[in-house]
Order: sequence, then C-alpha cells, then structure tokens
Amino acid sequence: MTRSTPKTIVNDNPFMKPMEWVSLALLVGVIFILLPMLLDAFRLNLVGKYLTYSFVALGLVICWGFGGILSLGQGVFFGLGGYLMAMYLKLEASSVENTKIQSTPGIPDFMDWNQITELPWFWKPFTSLPFTLIAVLVVPAFFAFVIGTAMFRRRVGGTYFAIITQAIAAILTILIVGQQGYTGGINGITDLRTLHGWDIRTDSAHNILYFVNAGLLVACILFAQAVKKSKLGRILLAMRDKEDRVRFSGYQVASFKTFAFCLAAVFAAIGGAMFTLQVGFMSPSFVGIVPSIEMVIYAAVGGRLSLFGAVWGTLLVNWAKTTFSESFPELWLFGLGGLFILVVLAFPNGLAGIYRTYVEPRLTRRVKALEPAPAVALSHAAE
Amino acid sequence: MAEDKGKGLQSALRRRLLMGLAGAPAIALMPRMSFAAGPATSAVNTTGLAVTDTEVTVGILHSATGTMAISETGSIQAEKLAISQINEAGGVLGRKIKIIQEDGASDWPTFAEKAKKLLVNDHCAAVMGCWTSASRKAALPVFEQYNGLLYYPTFYEGLEQSKNVFYTGQEATQQILAGLNWVHKEKGGDSFFFIGSDYIWPRTSNKIARKHVENVLKGKVVGEEYFPLGHTQFNSVINKIKLTKPKVIFADVVGGSNVAFYKQLKAAGIDLSKQILLTISVTEDEIDGIGGDNIAGAYSCMKYFQSIENENNKAFVAAFKKMWGEKTVIGDVTQAAYLGPHLWKMACEKAGSFDVDKVVAASPGLEYKDAPEGYVRVDPNHHLWSKTRVGKALPDGQFEIVYTSPELIKPDPFPKGYQ
Repeated sequence: MTRSTPKTIVNDNPFMKPMEWVSLALLVGVIFILLPMLLDAFRLNLVGKYLTYSFVALGLVICWGFGGILSLGQGVFFGLGGYLMAMYLKLEASSVENTKIQSTPGIPDFMDWNQITELPWFWKPFTSLPFTLIAVLVVPAFFAFVIGTAMFRRRVGGTYFAIITQAIAAILTILIVGQQGYTGGINGITDLRTLHGWDIRTDSAHNILYFVNAGLLVACILFAQAVKKSKLGRILLAMRDKEDRVRFSGYQVASFKTFAFCLAAVFAAIGGAMFTLQVGFMSPSFVGIVPSIEMVIYAAVGGRLSLFGAVWGTLLVNWAKTTFSESFPELWLFGLGGLFILVVLAFPNGLAGIYRTYVEPRLTRRVKALEPAPAVALSHAAE
Repeated sequence: MAEDKGKGLQSALRRRLLMGLAGAPAIALMPRMSFAAGPATSAVNTTGLAVTDTEVTVGILHSATGTMAISETGSIQAEKLAISQINEAGGVLGRKIKIIQEDGASDWPTFAEKAKKLLVNDHCAAVMGCWTSASRKAALPVFEQYNGLLYYPTFYEGLEQSKNVFYTGQEATQQILAGLNWVHKEKGGDSFFFIGSDYIWPRTSNKIARKHVENVLKGKVVGEEYFPLGHTQFNSVINKIKLTKPKVIFADVVGGSNVAFYKQLKAAGIDLSKQILLTISVTEDEIDGIGGDNIAGAYSCMKYFQSIENENNKAFVAAFKKMWGEKTVIGDVTQAAYLGPHLWKMACEKAGSFDVDKVVAASPGLEYKDAPEGYVRVDPNHHLWSKTRVGKALPDGQFEIVYTSPELIKPDPFPKGYQ
C-alpha cells in the first residue's frame, strides 16, 4: 500500500486505478451478493435477463465509446448468439418422443407446421453442444468481420456506418420472419426445455444460470478493461479523436475498427446465448432496429465511456421499464421516455458522469481522510 | 424472518383448513346457505392461489401499448366489463374478482415475463390474455410450467391444444370452411386468389383453405401471395389479381396493412360490389381504421358481428357502450374475450373450487347460453363449439349478416386431411 508520487503515476500503468477497483467491488457485491439475497427467484431471473443485455452495452462501450463506431445493429449479434443457442435447445426439445403428435416426429414443431419433412442441413450440426458453443462465438465474430472489413476498408464511417448496421438489422429480421419454416418466423423459437438433459426451466436452474451469467459478465468486463489498458485501447481512443493522424502515423485504421466491432459482436452474442438459456425462447423481436437502438440507449444512460456504467445503465433502464409497466400498464412508456430525456439533457455522460462528478471526489476525499496522518504530511512535503 | 413468515402462514392455513373440516358436515347439510356466504377458502383453494374469504385474483395480460394496442384494447375492455358484471352479480363462489392488469407491450418476450409474474408473484387463479399467436406461443410454456390457466380470445391457426389454455375464439377450420362453402354455393366461387400477411396464422389458414378449395369444392387457386407484417405496397399484387381474374379474393392481411390494401384496391378500380372478396381478418375494429367506404361490399367470415340480432347481444352491446363510450365498436375477438371470465366463473362453480386442475376438469361440456353470439359449448379439446357467420361490410362500418351456419361447428384444431 505504498502511495506513489505524481511523477511515478505517469510511468506506472496499473490494470485498474483504485477507484476502478472500488467500482468493480461495488458491482460484484451487488450482483453476486446483494441481489440474490434480496430478490425472490422470479425477480432474480428478471435481473439475469437484464444482465444479458448489459453484454451488448459493454460491447457498445468498446466499439462506440472507445472506438467511436456507433453501431445501431447490435441486435443482429445478440440475436445470432441467441438463435444459435436456441437451435441446439430446440433440437433437444424436439425428440421423437416429445413430438409424436406431429406429422413428421423428431423435427421442431414450427417446421412441421410449415410442411417441412426433413431437418434442413444447416440445423443438423446443432445437435452437438460443443459445436453450438463454438458457433455462438465464431459465427457472429465472422459476420462482424465481414461487415467490418467491407465497410472500414472503404472508409465508411460515422453516420453512414450506423445507417448500414440498421439496414442489416432490418434485413436479418425480414429474413427470419420470411423463412418461417427454417427459423420459426415471427413467433421465434419457443418452448425450449433442457440443456444437455438439464432442465433449464426450474428455479434452481435459473439460479445457477444467473451466477454463470454474472460470472461471464465480470470476465467480459475484465477483458474489456485489459483491451482498454493495452496499446490497442489507446489507439482506439486516438482513432476516435483524430482518425487521420493515426492513419498518417502508419496504423491500419480499418483493422483496429474491425477488431473493436468484432469484439462488441462477440460480447453481444454471449449475451444473446445467455438470454435464450434464461428466458427459454428467442424471437426476431430482439434482432430488429428497435431493440438495437434500445441497447444503444442502455449504454448512453450508463455512460458510453464507462464499462461499469454500461451495466448500471442497463439495469436501471430495464428495472424502470418493468416497474413502470407493472404500476401503470397504460402510461409507462411516457415515464420511460421522460427518464431518457432527463438523462440526456441533464447528464450527457450518463450514470458514469454523475458518479464521476458527484460521488467519486467525495469517495476519494474519504479515502484520503482515512489514511494515517503522516502519509498525508509526507505527500504534502513531496509536493 | 422469511421462515417466521412462512410458519405464520402455514399455521393460519392449518387453522383455516381445520375450520373448513369442521364446517364440512354443516356444508353437507345446508348446501344452499353455505353457498350464499361462499365456501371456506381452504376448501376452494388447495394450491396456493390468491384467494381470500372475499376476493379472488384474476390477471389481464394484453398489449396496452405498442402496435397491437389498437387491437387488444377491445379485449381488455370486454374482459373488464365481464368481470364487473360478475362482481355485481355476487362474484365467483362468493368472492369478488380483483383484477391485476399487466401490459404485454406488443412484445412477445414481455408477455412471457408478465405471465410469469402473474402466476408466480400474484398467484392469479386465471389469466385472460394474449392476442397474437406469437404472444401466446411465448407465454404458453410459462402457463404449462406453473400450471396456470389462460383464456385466449383470438381466432387462430389451430395446431395447438394445451391443458392450461381455453381458446374462446375459433380455430381455423371452424372459421374458414363454412365461409368457403357459402361463397362457392351462393356466389359461384370456383377460382380463388389468396393474399395474406406473412406469419403462421395466414399461412396455416390458406393451407386449409387451399385443401378445401381443391379437394372438396373442386375449384382452383390461381394465386397465393404473402407480405411482411406492416407492408403497405400492394399495387403489384393488385395487378396480378387483375390479370388472373379470380372469382374470389380470399384475404387474411392483418393489422395496419389492411388500411393500405383496401384503399389501394379501391384506387385501382376494383369494385367490391362486383368483385367478390372474402376476408377472415377484418372485424368492426379493423373497419374503424380502414374506413367503411373503402371496404363496403366485402364479405367477412367470423363467429360474431356487432349486428347480431338477439337479446343477449342487445344487452351486451348496450352494456359495453355504457361502460366504454357510444363510439366504441365490438368485433369478433372482443366478444370472444367477453366469454373468458364467464366461462371461467361457470367452470369454478361447477368444480366448487378455484384449483386449476379441477376447473380444467369441470370445463368440458359447459354450456353458456347467455353468450352474445348465442349458445356456445366447451369441447373436451378446450375449444368452443360455435356458429360461423358471413357478414357484408356496410359503409357505416357495420356488417349485414348474410349467412349463419345452421348448426354449431365442432372445433377441430388438428384437422385430418388439411395438414
């Protein structure tokens, strides 16, 4: 616990600053200890669902906050992750025994309703759990890589990129809705039951999945923090603020942007897969433009520059959504809209901005006041 | 703390149970008197539902916001009307119904979340709700897992039968076949053009209609086209209709697309007084949006129209307008939603219990003679026997009923030969 003098801080680049450790401890304390203690199984499952969205918000912090690439199509990757997981779960739920009533037993029910009599080839590998888990990570990353390479190499950025991601979200939704024999259409893939024989619908399964989800989230936050601290993270920031200078310094700007976009996609896909596991179904209503923009709002409310803010923002917005809609079924959207306007007008940096302006200075003062007097004297002497 | 609470509840429950047991001989001796006061809570509720000595909780789960709100509001209003009428008449098993309303927000996952809340948190004895097939499919696993009870009002594609759901609207064969027979016999309909929104209900309905046209009526289908939900450009399909000259246009376009479809039909010079159009997706509610002038002359196939002439319906329409305003219109689904609370009440009273299993067991064979659409009966497959009617749209937004099936039609959610 040695205190470093201002000079050494410049050279020293710790993984996290003390205040960031405090933020992490706070988050871990709340999602691992406080919420599970206070909430019943139903509410905890709801929080688990909210936390899956925060993976997307986390990805947006990297890609939008650090990299300056605003994607309005993150629902695509959330949806891809969720759908790939749902395909595995649906095949497991569609055993010949469970689907005796159909004209072709052994295939998912929605295929049977659409006169498909044989499992399509691209569904077949999803009988394997390892394949599914790898696909959940690789397919969205590959998709993001293709989009990223195509766009960023041509120096498509800013608003144009945002519009194109929106278009992709719309295209994918239309594709899923239109090909209902293969995708379940607008109903989505419903009635998922077991994961490798383990019933995911029970309260105990929900509990376990909640903690797995929370653990994955913390792992993703730490990974994102590592990226932020690395040289890569600094190049991203530099690129956001003065892209041309970075390019003229000899960096391949497109590759860095593609990386940030892919990472955000993988985070979103993990969230999507966890969503499917906890909620028990997946539908195109998570893929389209509206949910994608909603996810940007989570990051904006939390503060688009803060990894922790993203999680808090997601929790706050979704909690507000549930609470308002339970108390005022006919008026709640106005309350939610009011919350957004308030945050954007009064606190442009979101929750993280509020924390940094009002809470952190006080905390720092407290920490300083707590330290033994001689140390303070010494540091004053050093100054 | 939590444990203490649990114990307190348990002992209260035990006390009530004992009281109930002690009262049992008395109940057996004086059935009528005990009924007036309502049977003991412990006797009518053995599965932990939200039932007190004076109240029973029922959930309403529809979209009050979002794109579906315009359609689902009628159902919410009908269910609230039915519940207030039941409460005025003394409630169910001596208990007033308390409503907990949740908003599905036109978002299918939200339906699942709220359904779970109504069952797990609020212990609702029954839920009146869902509208689109997608919302029902999302909520269905929740009702099955927690053994809840759902009354679902919309006419729908069939292919489903759950222990935990009662379907108060018609399934596809009930709604479609009688209408096709009528248009074939009375209007000489032998060639058909199908046009629908692209999701499970229109696709399944058209599949059934195609089999019926080709195999039973020996007619032919000259075209079949689908458009995404919310689509508003129908000019290309209208041109195809003009080219193929079908005797009958068979339409199951839903929601906002309807407005564009009928306006463009009219603009393209297709006169519905000459061209026969049979729809299974337009009720009085939709005409409100389409405009009576744009659709006048079209035929709609439903089990209920606001203009049905009978005493039950007169009373229902009057009560509905008194509660929700003179300008409101009542469509097929609204009437079906009104049946839900009444059928549930009858089942509870027949079972003498709110327990879901007992209510389900008591339901088959129930007869509701005061239904606005006329007499209906619950089939063992959880759907209703009902009549099918064909109405001709009038410029004022109402329907003139031109055909009523002579008998109740048996619900057949898994029709053989139509799959």
